[in-house]
Amino acid sequence: MPTKIEKDVITGTDTTGHEWDGIRELNTPLPKWWVYVYLATVVWGLGMFVLYPSIPLGTTYFHGLLGYSSRADAMAGVAEMRAMHGKQMQQIGALPFAEIQKNHDLMEVALTAGRITFAENCQPCHGPNGEGRIGYPALDTDVWRWGGTLDAIQQTITHGIRSGDPEARTSQMPSFGADGVLKPDQIQQVADYVMTLYGKGKPGVEVAAGQKIFAENCAACHGDKGQGNRDVGAPPLASRVHLYGDARETVVAQVTKPRHGVMPNWNQRLTPATIKAVALYVHSLGGGE
Amino acid sequence: MHFRHEFLEKNAIVLLVASLLTVAVGGLVEIVPQFFIENTIEPVKGVRPYTPLELAGRNIYIREGCYLCHSQQIRALRDEVERYGHYSLAAESMYDHPFQWGSKRIGPDLARVGGKYSNDWHFAHLRYPQSVVPESIMPRYAFLEETPLDYARIAADLRTDRAVGVPYTDEDIANATADIEAQTNADANHDALLKRYPKAVIVPSNGRTISEMDALVAYLQVLGTMVNFADTSEEQLQR
Repeated sequence: MPTKIEKDVITGTDTTGHEWDGIRELNTPLPKWWVYVYLATVVWGLGMFVLYPSIPLGTTYFHGLLGYSSRADAMAGVAEMRAMHGKQMQQIGALPFAEIQKNHDLMEVALTAGRITFAENCQPCHGPNGEGRIGYPALDTDVWRWGGTLDAIQQTITHGIRSGDPEARTSQMPSFGADGVLKPDQIQQVADYVMTLYGKGKPGVEVAAGQKIFAENCAACHGDKGQGNRDVGAPPLASRVHLYGDARETVVAQVTKPRHGVMPNWNQRLTPATIKAVALYVHSLGGGE
Repeated sequence: MHFRHEFLEKNAIVLLVASLLTVAVGGLVEIVPQFFIENTIEPVKGVRPYTPLELAGRNIYIREGCYLCHSQQIRALRDEVERYGHYSLAAESMYDHPFQWGSKRIGPDLARVGGKYSNDWHFAHLRYPQSVVPESIMPRYAFLEETPLDYARIAADLRTDRAVGVPYTDEDIANATADIEAQTNADANHDALLKRYPKAVIVPSNGRTISEMDALVAYLQVLGTMVNFADTSEEQLQR
């Protein structure tokens, strides 16, 4: 293609020198401001090269004059945040529960921290207000499997239940039906009796046999009146609050082959001070002892 | 300029090869050094290959497209560390082929979901997410529980991973099927399994046929739990 650069008469700008079917193209130079901004970005880029991690050097790399690391930055942010929570969380971590409860300001911080932590970590099982779900205990009642004092709650949150943590709370109800300890008709009888313990017994149903079976097999853990035993996490049966519900078939199913709930240990995830704050919050939901 | 640019522009193949070479320079400069820089993958202890059951669960995670809504990467940002736990390390996904980092968070990040909930919770949640998280928009995966896990070719999966660098031993591969059965049986002897794969979570199928949900839960329960952060220091991770 012949190249013939000419000056365009109207604009006074050179053409590219190419011609296609009589059409010529102006070779308008780049605006000056654009060229300068472009050159400035090149200089800026060189500055970034010098200041920030950039050039690989074999097994290591040039860290940059600022020594910046996004990880260090994030952890500095975390440290700053902890400092903002500051003294009060440290005090919550250090003081015994009784001292915290006496301090109104500290309690306010603890309950707020506890509420937020609960919403993120505990709510999926125990419900938004600690009301519990089928299989996940309610925390707003005075019915506790392992104890409702602050220390007991702290212990449960820290180590969990059947969580695999060496200090986890753990217990196992025998499979009375599946292991053949009780015959199916005996399980039906004991279910009839257990239902009378929480006021759902059917009038006219004979429960003497069931009561005897209960005394021999169940009372050791659940108590002679079904009041439960917190040392072994045996829930009270003479109670309107039930982990899996109060239907007859639920009782039969549990005696036949019990379900054993698991609560994770939170000592790997939450700081001791945060766990104390959650314990105070749970304690405040209505059932704390 | 005496270079005949016209020659490049008029020969498609030459232009293609030249473009490839140009782009390759960018790739080489950015990617190759990563193979040599020592702390690209942090020197932490505890990261192990997945158990055969976890690997099967991971395959289901990928098949069901969980990554479309869930990321597995806690970024080094203050708020993420506060919500999800320690930021993710490269070492934690070094045996992931492919990794599941993702960037979509319609649901929460799952990089450290392991151990946060009980197995029962995961089962209830996968069956019907709204039963435990009423505001959730996650679809139901109840069918996973009714679908028997097909693990006839699990040893081949392990071998494939080994071909791309996951250090499965011959023993691991020979025991793949047995390990799946041990990890889903609460009454089995787990010593061999836990020796090969420390911290594996037993997901008892309670005599049912081993289901796809069992495998998926085993996978979820190990996410983010392998590294013992007490063994390392922030200085080491920030080198």
